[in-house]
Amino acid sequence: MTRKLILAIVCLALLLGLLIRASSGAMPNPFLDYQNLGLWVGAALTLFALSFLYGDNPFFRFTEHVFVGVASAYWMVQGFWGTLVPKLLANLAPEIAVSLFRMDFPVGVPWTRRLLYALPLLMGGLLLTRLHPRARRAGSWTLAFLVGITAGLRLIAFLDAGFMTQIQNSVVSLVAVSRSGFDLGKSLDAILLTGGVICCLLYFFFSRRESGPVALAGRFGLAVLMVTFGASFGFSVMGRVAVLVGRMEFLLHDWLGII
Amino acid sequence: MSLVAAVPRGIVLVVAIVLIVAMFVPPLEPLREEFSLFFNIIAAFAFVLGGASLIGRHARKIRRRASGYGYSVVCIGAFGITLAAGLLKLGNPTGIGGDVTARGSVFAWIVRYVFGPADSGLFALLAFFIASAAFRAFRVRNRESTIMLVTAFLLLLGRTFLGGLVTSWLPDRLEAFELPNVIPWIMSVPLKAGSRAILIGVAVGAIATSLRIILGIDRPYRGEGK
Amino acid sequence: MVQLGRWAVMNVTGRRCIYLGMLLAVTVPMIWRISFKEHPTPMVRDIFATIEKLPKNARVLFVCDFDPASAAETRPMEDAFARHLCLRGVGLYCLTLWPTGPIEIDRTIRDVIALEFPSYRYGQNFVNLGYMSGNEAVVAVALTNFKKAFSTDVHNISTHDASRLPMMVPIEDLASFDLIVDVSAGYPGLNEWIPYGAIPAGVPIVGGSVAVGSPEIFPYIPEQCGGILVGVKGAAEYEQLLLEQYPQLDRPECRIALERMGPQTVAHLMIIGLILLGNGIHLWRRHKEAAA
Repeated sequence: MTRKLILAIVCLALLLGLLIRASSGAMPNPFLDYQNLGLWVGAALTLFALSFLYGDNPFFRFTEHVFVGVASAYWMVQGFWGTLVPKLLANLAPEIAVSLFRMDFPVGVPWTRRLLYALPLLMGGLLLTRLHPRARRAGSWTLAFLVGITAGLRLIAFLDAGFMTQIQNSVVSLVAVSRSGFDLGKSLDAILLTGGVICCLLYFFFSRRESGPVALAGRFGLAVLMVTFGASFGFSVMGRVAVLVGRMEFLLHDWLGII
Repeated sequence: MSLVAAVPRGIVLVVAIVLIVAMFVPPLEPLREEFSLFFNIIAAFAFVLGGASLIGRHARKIRRRASGYGYSVVCIGAFGITLAAGLLKLGNPTGIGGDVTARGSVFAWIVRYVFGPADSGLFALLAFFIASAAFRAFRVRNRESTIMLVTAFLLLLGRTFLGGLVTSWLPDRLEAFELPNVIPWIMSVPLKAGSRAILIGVAVGAIATSLRIILGIDRPYRGEGK
Repeated sequence: MVQLGRWAVMNVTGRRCIYLGMLLAVTVPMIWRISFKEHPTPMVRDIFATIEKLPKNARVLFVCDFDPASAAETRPMEDAFARHLCLRGVGLYCLTLWPTGPIEIDRTIRDVIALEFPSYRYGQNFVNLGYMSGNEAVVAVALTNFKKAFSTDVHNISTHDASRLPMMVPIEDLASFDLIVDVSAGYPGLNEWIPYGAIPAGVPIVGGSVAVGSPEIFPYIPEQCGGILVGVKGAAEYEQLLLEQYPQLDRPECRIALERMGPQTVAHLMIIGLILLGNGIHLWRRHKEAAA
């Protein structure tokens, strides 16, 4: 209890110091306009989020729940104004969009098109029945439609770009020739690239073999995969550090104004 | 097979075949475009479903006065304020017909000063956890983990200015072994080979799964209890 | 009250020391303004050359597929690409497949295009088509009928309105574009635009990706994708190239990624040190156990 009291007093003292600094003009004054108030709100939420490093606490959980609520509503708003209004309402009932939302849509939509766009409205409505435990099976037709679209799109895309194109890219000349003649470096690169792909695929499909040339090739493939995962870890570290750098820049430059 | 089971299977089959055949039969393209647009519209309904599901869960928690229900009040409050600001375009200088994220609107303020910092702040925690994981978990145990460690090490060092300094003493004829040249080589040869093999493997799996779904062998849309 | 054992206390204290060390590794170089000159790699030079070769009034599809969480890596890329494309005088068609993308497009338009290129007119030189839900299904529709996928812009002006959006007149499908530039942070992003859009339409594509998502794109480089900027380092290299080619851009807002490489470098060194220290302790313990 004493420790919490001391912590609270220290935080309040810091806050008072920052407000005094803000009133002197050295950092944004939250009482001047909404943008500055927003900077203080953003800084507070950032610090609350980072407080998890000390341990789980009410400030972190507050930030977590605010984020979840705002994010869900944000996605709904974007879905409504970005898709439902210009795609569904504009085809189904453009008069409503024009009169209620002051949109610039053509109102002369033929009744056949309106009937056609009643379908996604019906399917969307069926999807919403998943909210009720007894009615959720009604949404299976909509889910079937979504699954069918995804399966159809992905079959072609993966067959073309993920399979045939990648095999085409891997089948390259292993003897590289440049203007000055045979290029040993590029040839070795091509051999390693093509050989690496083949060995990795051998490792995926024949990983049970204990000995022999296939097992040897599989072990080389595993080594290539380890290079891939090591590079992925390195990239992952880079990415996470970059996010922290961005946040500290916001706190030190935009909020505190010390850099 | 009952009608209840046959209709979804029929929908999957018809829709997928239209999409596949339309790639080879141009007159079917308008139908493919309409189906894809329907998908986009239903995806927007899925956002509504997600939001409503979230609110329902937290509302039940408040009703039961479950532990931590105060946070549920916060969540629903934040949701309600953001939804109202966005749907009604409160404070939007261009009015109800303008861009929902127009500068000066309440929605734009919430996105810029609440959503953005909270999202980035929560994500920034990962930097600390990855540092802790690098110390506690990244161990040299066998040949494979050594290769992984050395690659990560080279990449982390090479993608900074120190990478050039560390190998700057190498003579010109060994320029290819300088770290700033080794890193692009790692990215364009072994990393590409491994990623390509993974992509081919994923593609084979995705093609097989798509075929199983289209032919009705897998039915992920059935839901619970069947 | 739970009594923590000696190792548990050291565990917690050690973790907090690592967190504090990480914080200092990022903050101190930032305050001291430590930064370094970048040496662009061949892939970044290729991307730069691709955009440099674009003729005036070329049509470029500029896609911003990221959110505030990844903005630290992707925003400098987006700004650098926007600046370069505007300097080349091309037409920018901005859109996004992420719900959080519109705020990033708005910011780029406000802070880069409107501020630094006042001659750029909305509807004639750039257009904001906003967000459309559906992920790869949007790309599938845009592939053959672009205006069906994006029937209005963010201001709800119809894309068929030739008087207000004259730059939309020649756009029929994805093949109408001369280049696709996509800055992406995951799904949907480059991994959807390449197989569903660029490859079937035969349109060249370049872009940027967060570091963690970049290995997925390498299989497509250079045959299907001209190249990608990888993380903050890639953005810094591109900014360096822009500064070398266009010295008038030597301003703080054009050096954001370059400034961030200082703290990034120190943090990398700290992570390397932690890996070595952790493995050193692990090997020493194993040696002690073996000796015992």
